[in-house]
Amino acid sequence: MTRRLALSSESAAFSERVSELSGVTVTLCEQCATCSGSCPMIAEMDLSPAEMMRRATLGDASVLESRTMWICASCYACAARCPRSLDVSRVAEALRHLLLRKSVEFLSIKDIPKEELERLPQIALVGAFIKLTR
Amino acid sequence: MRYPYYPGCTLKTHARNFEASALASARMLGIELAELGRWNCCGVVSSLTADNLMRHLAPLRNLSRVREAGEDKVVTLCSMCFHTLKRTNLLVNGNPEHLRKMNEFMDGGKPYDGSVRVLHFLEVLREMGFDAIAQRVTRPLAGLSIAPYYGCVILRPKEIGIDDPEEPSVLSELVAAMGASPVDTPFRKLCCGSYQAVADRRAAEELAHAIIDRARQGGADAIITTCPLCAFNLDSSQQRLRERRPGFREMPILYFTQLLALALGAQEEELGLDSHLVDPRPLLFSKGLLAPEAVQGAGDAHA
Repeated sequence: MTRRLALSSESAAFSERVSELSGVTVTLCEQCATCSGSCPMIAEMDLSPAEMMRRATLGDASVLESRTMWICASCYACAARCPRSLDVSRVAEALRHLLLRKSVEFLSIKDIPKEELERLPQIALVGAFIKLTR
Repeated sequence: MRYPYYPGCTLKTHARNFEASALASARMLGIELAELGRWNCCGVVSSLTADNLMRHLAPLRNLSRVREAGEDKVVTLCSMCFHTLKRTNLLVNGNPEHLRKMNEFMDGGKPYDGSVRVLHFLEVLREMGFDAIAQRVTRPLAGLSIAPYYGCVILRPKEIGIDDPEEPSVLSELVAAMGASPVDTPFRKLCCGSYQAVADRRAAEELAHAIIDRARQGGADAIITTCPLCAFNLDSSQQRLRERRPGFREMPILYFTQLLALALGAQEEELGLDSHLVDPRPLLFSKGLLAPEAVQGAGDAHA
């Protein structure tokens, strides 16, 4: 499928905002996909980590519609292995925060069944609530 | 040797057995883990954006408590706590302006000066020396094959990790010192799914399957972990894996301190072996490491 992306001052601004929020110069990504190869959650993702980085570099804001950064487990395997020392886990966090700060969340606490809240230890719940809810 | 000790929330609730067995092993090694007088939840996960200092306050306050106690180091057991405390510590040590802002915000209590060393208990053991530990083993875990499982946040990123992120060995050295056979697999550093167990239970179950199956293929009888979240994901996933994957054989998931305490000669009550979903007692009994009374009521092992 062919997607058309217009490079513009808007896309440049989006790419720069992701870089600023993450502290990572996303345009340095060389698309080697080592991050994708290292990611334990990639099977659940619509975009691979490398595709996420590509869209961040190009300033393609449609990356915000993907599930990818929400599925991330913050395991830092991508960050540890990037040959350019780009902290991909920070890019995922920046994308989450661009949405969380607009009150868009991935997990809705009120929709979690009571049995699950009782079954799960607080270490899992606190981690999930901080990463995935507003 | 006395170390200030930060337990974190889970060691007081879901992972009481981790704490009990750690305190027992520390005691038998001549180490005192002295719990901090005041501490709060570390927050479990670290803020990774460049601008969010708020999320670093919880770990920072704990570091400040260490200094209030007149100490300059703190030992943790939970990998997640270790990582959040150390990450915040690194952040403020590299950025005095961030530290100043956060101290000002906290407004009360001792301003943190950046001088605490955050340690994981495994670092304390490594520093003591595995030969020294081996000499104190009174119940060698002979005949037991153990797969170390590190998970992620205790190894990565390199600035925080306690061992080589690609080829960690501290747990296998400990296993050998206890008289057991270590089984290192490439999946010993594969993430268990972490907090995604909340949003996507099945994904965590599939990761647990990969980790456990690989350990089984390597000849392991059991897996040891350093993190209550890893332990929960690996332990609790197995019932559903048994249901949907024919041929899946359960594997006990233990904290490294439970085996360490056992090897050092602890009483069975100090090990907290009765709070696992996959019961480790039949395995340990079969290797002659537990008395028969200890396995009464353990039920039929699925392994």
